[in-house]
Amino acid sequence: MKNLKLLINPLNNENPITVQVLGICSALAVTVQMKPAIVMSLSVIVVTAFSNLIISFGRNTIPPRIRIIIQLVVVAFLVIVVDQILKAYVYDVSKKLSVFVGLIITNCILMGRLEAFAMSNKPWESFLDGIGNGAGYGLILIALAFLREFFGSGSLMGYQVIPEGFYELGYMDNGMMILPPMALIIVGLIIWIQRSYNRKLIEK
Amino acid sequence: MNVQSNTYTFLYSTAIVLVVATGLAVVATALQPAQVKNVEVEKKQNILTSLHVQSDRTNAGKLYQQYITDSYTLNSKGEKVSGVDPFNINLREEMKKSPAKRNLPAFEAKRGDSSFVVIPVYGKGLWGPIWGYVSFRKEDHVAKGLPHFNTIYGVMFDHKGETPGLGSEINQPFFQLPFRGKRVFDDKGVFVSVQVVKGGADPASPHQVDAISGGTITSKGLQAMLDSCLVSYQHFFKLNN
Repeated sequence: MKNLKLLINPLNNENPITVQVLGICSALAVTVQMKPAIVMSLSVIVVTAFSNLIISFGRNTIPPRIRIIIQLVVVAFLVIVVDQILKAYVYDVSKKLSVFVGLIITNCILMGRLEAFAMSNKPWESFLDGIGNGAGYGLILIALAFLREFFGSGSLMGYQVIPEGFYELGYMDNGMMILPPMALIIVGLIIWIQRSYNRKLIEK
Repeated sequence: MNVQSNTYTFLYSTAIVLVVATGLAVVATALQPAQVKNVEVEKKQNILTSLHVQSDRTNAGKLYQQYITDSYTLNSKGEKVSGVDPFNINLREEMKKSPAKRNLPAFEAKRGDSSFVVIPVYGKGLWGPIWGYVSFRKEDHVAKGLPHFNTIYGVMFDHKGETPGLGSEINQPFFQLPFRGKRVFDDKGVFVSVQVVKGGADPASPHQVDAISGGTITSKGLQAMLDSCLVSYQHFFKLNN
């Protein structure tokens, strides 16, 4: 039951993006289309889960004075591996994600979870916490990408979903959706909606 | 075991670095062939795009075989240089050399009855590198002293990180299509390149295309790129081969 909470909480009440407000920069940058957003989410899930796992395994042996550096080395290692795999097997997507995969290293969600959770919890719980937080991040990313691709380009996953007839009747894609400021506005709307039904989250 | 001690800290960090370095080396080596192949396929797709041939990742290799008949490395006098693989020339490095020392790649293509040559170009935009491929249709019968390759058949440009909506538009068809039919030599056979003109190109001019509003520095960089890269080929364009 407690383990389940580790997975579920970050999706809603402890969401890294909408509640902890971490990892915003990549959420704005890679959400123009669904496909890069999904690949980015999976990459972050893999990196958070495994860095949590590795750090948790070593938590009693890591010299406290250099623990942040050790965490960084582990994260950087995983990120480079993920980046190399993307370059080798999903080249087009990796080009779209460009520097943002590399920037997972600096994603605050990672260091935050390592320092706050993995350093003081058992490996299995840490692993779940990593998956949960990665998924919480991914959930918002994919929701954003869905809205932005649908209204901005009239497509989903690259496939046209708004029929041609609509365009002939005068419907137009919203160009604003493709620009980063709109992503910030949508994140704001999501935060608003989330807090309006979950009053606990509102700061006094 | 005292995890606070200096000796332990040093040993621990050394061990971690060794393990991570070994891991990365193994991963990089194992994935390298697939990555190299991706870059190669992309390059072939770009060359095909400049010839107005649509390709995707699966058929690019086959179409490349079909259209590209020959490729060679030239020097600035237009002579073929042996021993340098034109496909793997790093244009960025070549552009740093003095013009006389550059190795210049060229790709010959055939489509229907026409012959073409595809020339890669590389230059600077506002935020980073821009590059592309320019294809020229061969004119068989020209007066003495005039070039065989003069008229642009198609172009393909791309960029690393130009401003979205402004400079980044150089990879869009609306910018690239007007290059078609432009000429890089004037009537007397003097190399003039193609100008990217801000505020509207003269439609009658065979040497001008429209710049992108708001993307002035990228447009200028593109013009400089065409000029500096293509000028090295002017002797080759005039040779009868």
